[in-house]
Amino acid sequence: MKQWFRTGKPWIWLTAGAVTVSLVAVIGLVLMIGWRGLSFFWPTAIHQMTVETTSGETRTLIGEIYDSEEVPIDRVRQSGVELANDEGELITRYLMKIGNREYVPLDFTWVVEPTIVDDQIPADMAIIERTKDGNFYGRIVAIEQQGETVATHGDENFRDVLFERVERAVELHKQGQQLQEGEIGRINFQLSELTLEERRLKLEGKLTESAIAELDAERQRLQAEYQDLEKTLFSIRDSAYRDALMVEDFRGEIVAVPMYRVLDVNFPNDMHLLAKIGHFFQQIGKFVSEPPREANTEGGVFPAIFGTVFMVLLMSVIVTPFGVVAAVYLHEYAGKNPVTKLIRIAVINLAGVPSIVYGVFGLGFFVYMVGGSIDQIFYPEALPNPTFGTPGVLWSAITLAILTLPVVIVSTEEGLARIPSTLREGSLALGATKWETIWRIIVPMASPAIMTGLILAVARAAGEVAPLMLVGVVKSAPMLPVDGNFPYFHLDRKFMHLGFHIYDVGFQSPNVEASRPLVYATSFLLITVIVGLNLTAIGVRNHLREKYRALEQ
Amino acid sequence: MQGQTERQLKASRSRLLKDRLARVGVTTGGVLVLVALLLIFFYLLYVVQPIFESASVKPLHSFNIDADDKTLALGMEEQAEIGYRFGDSGVAEFFALKDNSLAERKTGDTIEQKSLARAEQITSFARSLPVHQQFVYGLNNGQAIIVQPKFQVTFPETARTQGTRQVERLIMPRFETLNEGEPLQVDEQGRPLEQLAYATDGEGMLLTAVTASDTLLITKFVAEQNFLTGAVSLTPRFEQRVLTSAIRDIAVTPDLNKVFVLINNRIVVYSVSMSGAVSESQVIPLNGREFGQAQALNLMPGAATVLVSHEQGIISQWFEVPTDDGRTFKYIRQFDAGGAIVDLEVEDYRRTFYAVTVDGQLNVFHTTSEADLYSEALPNENTQAIAIDPRANHLLAEAGNELTLFELSNEHPEVTWSALWQEVWYEGYPEPSYTWQSTSGSDDFESKFSLVPISFGTIKAALYAMLFAVPIGVAAAVYTAYFMSPSVRKVVKPTVEIMEALPTVILGFLAGLWLAPIVEAYLPGVIAVIVLTPLAIIGFAALWQLLPTAIRSILGEGRASLILVPIVLLVGWLSFSMSPWVEATLFDGNVRGYLTNELGITFDQRNSLVVGIAMGFAVIPTIFSIAEDAVFSVPKHLSNGSLALGATPWQTLTKVVLLTASPGIFSAIMMGLGRAVGETMIVLMATGNTPIMDWNIFEGMRTLSANIAVEMPESEVGSSHYRILFLAAFVLFIFTFFFNTIAEFVRQRLRDKYSSM
Repeated sequence: MKQWFRTGKPWIWLTAGAVTVSLVAVIGLVLMIGWRGLSFFWPTAIHQMTVETTSGETRTLIGEIYDSEEVPIDRVRQSGVELANDEGELITRYLMKIGNREYVPLDFTWVVEPTIVDDQIPADMAIIERTKDGNFYGRIVAIEQQGETVATHGDENFRDVLFERVERAVELHKQGQQLQEGEIGRINFQLSELTLEERRLKLEGKLTESAIAELDAERQRLQAEYQDLEKTLFSIRDSAYRDALMVEDFRGEIVAVPMYRVLDVNFPNDMHLLAKIGHFFQQIGKFVSEPPREANTEGGVFPAIFGTVFMVLLMSVIVTPFGVVAAVYLHEYAGKNPVTKLIRIAVINLAGVPSIVYGVFGLGFFVYMVGGSIDQIFYPEALPNPTFGTPGVLWSAITLAILTLPVVIVSTEEGLARIPSTLREGSLALGATKWETIWRIIVPMASPAIMTGLILAVARAAGEVAPLMLVGVVKSAPMLPVDGNFPYFHLDRKFMHLGFHIYDVGFQSPNVEASRPLVYATSFLLITVIVGLNLTAIGVRNHLREKYRALEQ
Repeated sequence: MQGQTERQLKASRSRLLKDRLARVGVTTGGVLVLVALLLIFFYLLYVVQPIFESASVKPLHSFNIDADDKTLALGMEEQAEIGYRFGDSGVAEFFALKDNSLAERKTGDTIEQKSLARAEQITSFARSLPVHQQFVYGLNNGQAIIVQPKFQVTFPETARTQGTRQVERLIMPRFETLNEGEPLQVDEQGRPLEQLAYATDGEGMLLTAVTASDTLLITKFVAEQNFLTGAVSLTPRFEQRVLTSAIRDIAVTPDLNKVFVLINNRIVVYSVSMSGAVSESQVIPLNGREFGQAQALNLMPGAATVLVSHEQGIISQWFEVPTDDGRTFKYIRQFDAGGAIVDLEVEDYRRTFYAVTVDGQLNVFHTTSEADLYSEALPNENTQAIAIDPRANHLLAEAGNELTLFELSNEHPEVTWSALWQEVWYEGYPEPSYTWQSTSGSDDFESKFSLVPISFGTIKAALYAMLFAVPIGVAAAVYTAYFMSPSVRKVVKPTVEIMEALPTVILGFLAGLWLAPIVEAYLPGVIAVIVLTPLAIIGFAALWQLLPTAIRSILGEGRASLILVPIVLLVGWLSFSMSPWVEATLFDGNVRGYLTNELGITFDQRNSLVVGIAMGFAVIPTIFSIAEDAVFSVPKHLSNGSLALGATPWQTLTKVVLLTASPGIFSAIMMGLGRAVGETMIVLMATGNTPIMDWNIFEGMRTLSANIAVEMPESEVGSSHYRILFLAAFVLFIFTFFFNTIAEFVRQRLRDKYSSM
C-alpha cells in the first residue's frame, strides 16, 4: 500500500476525479435545467385530494403536484402539524399548486403525506388558463351565454361547444389586442409626435398661425380616427363579454369564470400520450411567441427573445468591422514595437475587465454624456424628457460591442495566423499590393474564423446581464424597439432581455413559487441558444483547422 | 503603346494610394482598441476625480445696504437672488442679491420691509434650524413673535420672447408671521425674555428662554388639528427651572424633546415629553481646560450632533452614543478654526458647517469626514455674520453695511480618502466603524460611505470561490493535458470550456433558488460530499489496482475520468440520502439550530458556501483552459527524458512538467481571480447583499460589483454617491488590470521560454 502511494497513482486518480467532478457538474447542470425547463410544458395530472386538517376536519384540494420532498418528521411537528402515527423518521410532503388565486390567500400549499385521506385523478378536471389571476382548477359544469345555460356537463357535444366558444373568446381577445397595439398605438405615437413637432416649431420661433391650424387639423383627424377605432374596440369587448364558464371549484361551490379572460382550457387527466405530446409542443410554441402576463409570472417570453436578438444583431454590426480591422492590424501590419505590445495588453485587459465596469462606463459616457449631448442638439423639443440621454437599446449594443471586441479580435487573429504565409507571398509575388492581398485573399479565407469570433461574441452578449442592467434593459417594455411607426427602428427605446428576465422573474417577482418553472424554462431557452452557438463556433473552428492543415501540406 | 503604359502607371498609382490609405485605416482601427481602454480608464477617473477636490469660495460682488440697525440674522432663498436680514430694531427686510431685469431690481435694492416689533420691546432673538427657516423675536413682556420668510416663484408668460429658450424666473418674497400675527406667550408671568432658543417640527414648537435671575423657561406648544374644521390650535405647557449659575447659551432639538443649556463648561440636557413635561436627563461635562471656555451651542441637521464653540476657536462635536447605562452624550472629535468664533453656520442637509473667526477667517468643516475643507481670510476682515443658501451654492457675508456674495463650490465634502478607507464614528454609533449605508428616506441622513466592507466582501467571495476552483481547475487541467487519452481529451476539453460560456445569471439563479435551499436542508450531505468524494476516489483507485492487468489495460487509465463518473454520482447520492438521517440522529433533526444555538454561528440561507460553489464553477473553466494549455505545451522531450531516466509518471509530472508549466498555472490562477473579483450576477443573486465584515462561511457579503448593480440605477447623477460607485468601478478596473497584465506578462515569457527549448 505504501509502495502504491509512493508511485503517485492515487494522486493521478485524484486529478482524474477533478475532471470527473467538472464534467458531472456541467452535464448535470445542463440536464437539470433541461429537465426542469421542459417538464414545465408537459401536462401534469390534476389531483383531487381530501386532506385532514389539524382540527380533524377534512377539506378538498384540487391542483397539480408541483414538488415533493422528504423531511425529518420532527421538523414537520415543529411547524405545528400533528401526526398520529410515528413510523420512520422521514415523511414526504407535496407542494400543490391550487390556483384559483381570487378565492385563496396563497395559490400554493404544502400537504404532508399522512394527512391525505383520498387522492383521485378525475378525468373531467379542467385547467383554465386566464389573463388575470393565474390558472383556475375545477370541474366545468356548464357554459352560459348572457346568463342562460347553453350546454351542461354530460351533454354529448359539451367539449365541442366548450372548445368552440373558447376559441371564439381567444380570437376576440386577440383582435382587441391587435387593434390596441397596432392602430391605436400608431395614433398615440403620431399624437405625441405632433406635440413634439409643435414644441419644436415654438422653440425655433416658427409657430405661426397657419402652422398651428395645420397641427390642430391633423390632431383632429387623428382624434376622429381614434374615436372610430375605440368604438370598434368596445364592440369587440362587448361581444367578448357574452359567455361565461360555470366551474365547480375545490370548495364544491359553482363560480362563474368569465370567458373573456379565458385563454385556454385543458383536460390533462383525459389526455392520451399523443395528445400530451401535442400539448407539450403547443405550450412551447406559446412560450416563445407570447408576451408575458401578470408581472412576468405567466405567459411567454417573446419580447425578451426579440429584445435579445435585436440588441445582439445591432452589436454584431458594430463589433465586426472594428474587431476585424484590429485583428488585421495586429497580425498583418503591426511591427514588433512597444505600441503593438500595448495594444495586445489592451486587448487582454478589455477581455478581463469585469462586465459591470463596462456597464458603469456605458451609463456615464454613452448614456449621460454622449446621449445627453445628442438630446441637447437634436431633440431639444422633448427636453427635459430624455430621448437618447436615457438607457436604451443603442447604448446597450455599443457597450456590449466594446465588451465583446476582444473575442472577435482573438478569434480573427487566430484565423489569420492559420493561413499559410505561402499564400500571402504568392499573391505579393504576382504583383498585388498588400491591401489587395489582404482584401482579396486573406480576409475571404479568414471569414470562417471571423464568423467563429462573431458567434462567440453573440453567445457572450446574449448571456451578459450585469452591464445591461445599467444601460438599457427593463423588466417590462411596453413597446418593442421595432414597430410599424416611422422610423421603424427605435434605438432609443428600452428593451427586454432573456438573461435579465431570469433575474427579474426569479428574484424580483411577487410570486417566486409560481414563476419558478418559468425561470427554468427561460434558462433552458437561453442555455440552448448559447450552448448551440458555442458548439457551432467550435465546429467551425475545428473544420478550419483541418482545412488549413491540408493546405499546408 | 505610350498610352497603355501611362494608363498602367496611373492604375498602379491609384492602387498604391489605396494601399497606403488602407494601411492608415487599419492602423487607426488597431490603435482604437488601445483608445477604448484608455477612454474607459480616463472617463472613470474623470468622474471620480471631483470627490477629492476641496471646497472653494469665490467672491461674486459686494454691495451696500442702507440699514442703521444691527443685523441679528441673515439669510438667502434657494436661488440666491434674494437675501433677507432681521435687524435689532424689529425690522426685517428683503434685498436683491442679483440684478433682475424682469422685476426691475438692482443688486442691493430693498424689495420689501416689514416692521415686526418695536425696537425697545425686543430683548432677544432666536432662529430655528436652517431647514425650517423661522426666526423669533423675544419681547420684554414674555412674548415671542415667529416670522418666516416665504418665496413665491413664478414664470411669467410675458417674459418669453420668440426665439429665445430662456424662461425668466420671478421670485416674490414676503414675511409671514406664524399664529396669524399673534405673539406667543412664552412666559406666563410676562417677564422679559433675555435669551431665547426655538425649534419646530413643522407643527408643534418648543421655546426655551432665560429671564432675569437665571430662570430657565421651557414652553412647549403642542399642535392639535381640529378634525372638523382643519384649523390648528396651539396648546402651551409652561415649565420653569431656576439655575444657580449663568447660562451662556441654549439650544432646542427639532424633534422637540431635548433642551441643551450651556453653563460654565458643562451642558445640562433636559428631556421634554410629548406633552411638554420637563426632566433633567444628563449633564455633559466639557473639558474646558483642554478646549477652552465653551461659548456657544449649535445643532447639526438631524439634530443628533451638538457643536460646541470654545474660546480659542476649537469646535468640539458631541452626540449620543449607546452605552451600558443607556444613551449618553460623548465627545467625538474636534475642529480648530484658529481664533475666537464670531459666527458659526450649519448647512440645511449636509454635515458641513462654516465658522468665521474674529480676524475674518472663514473655515469650512465637515463632521463625518473630519475634513478641513477650506480655511482662508475673507476679503473684509470685519465680517460679523454669514449665511448659506439652502442649496449650499452661495455664501453671503456681512461686514458693517457691506454685503458680499460668494460662490461656494463644495460638492462632495463627505468624501475624503480617510472617510472611504478608515473607521469613522458615525452619529449614534457606539464606536468608530466601517459602514456602508448610502441612502435613507430622510434628507438629513448621514451617508456612510466606507468602501472597506464591500471591498472585504469582494475579497471574501473571491477567496471562497478560489478555494473551490483552484484545486479542481488545476488538477483537472493537469490530468487532461498530461494523462488523458487524446480521444477523450477531444471531448472533455470543449465540454469544460462550454461551462465558461454558461451565462452567470443562470449560475446565480441556480445558486440562489436551487442550491441555497439544498445547502440549507442537506448541510451534512453537502459537507459529506466534499469530504467523501476524494476518499472514495482513492479507495476506488486502490480497488482498481487489484483488478487483473488485462481488464485495466482494456479500459485504460487515460479514461479514468469517465470510469469515475459512476463513483462520483454514487457518493453524491449516498451523501444526500443519508443527510436527513445524520441530521436526525446527530443534531436532533435541526443542523441550523445546532449551528446557531450550540456553536453560535449565524447561518444565512444565501451564504458564502453557496457563492463559493457557484462562483467556483464560473471560474473553473477559466483556470482549466489556461492551465491546460500551459501543461500541454510543455515540450514532450522534457517529460520523455525524465521517464527514460526511470522516473514514474507522477514524479515526472511534479518534478519536471509542473515546474516548467508553473508560470502558466500561476497566470491561470490570476486570470481566475480577476474573473471572481469582478463577477456580478452570481453574488448579486446568491448572497443576501448585506455589507458585513465577517469571514463566517455561513454568512453572506456584499461585493463591489453587486453594490454597483444594486445602487447605480438609484443614484443621482453627479452626486457623491454616484461618484463613489464610479470609484468602486475604478477600483475593480485597476484590480483586474493589475492581475490580467501580470498574468499576460508571465504567459508571454513562458511562451518565449518554450519556443527556445
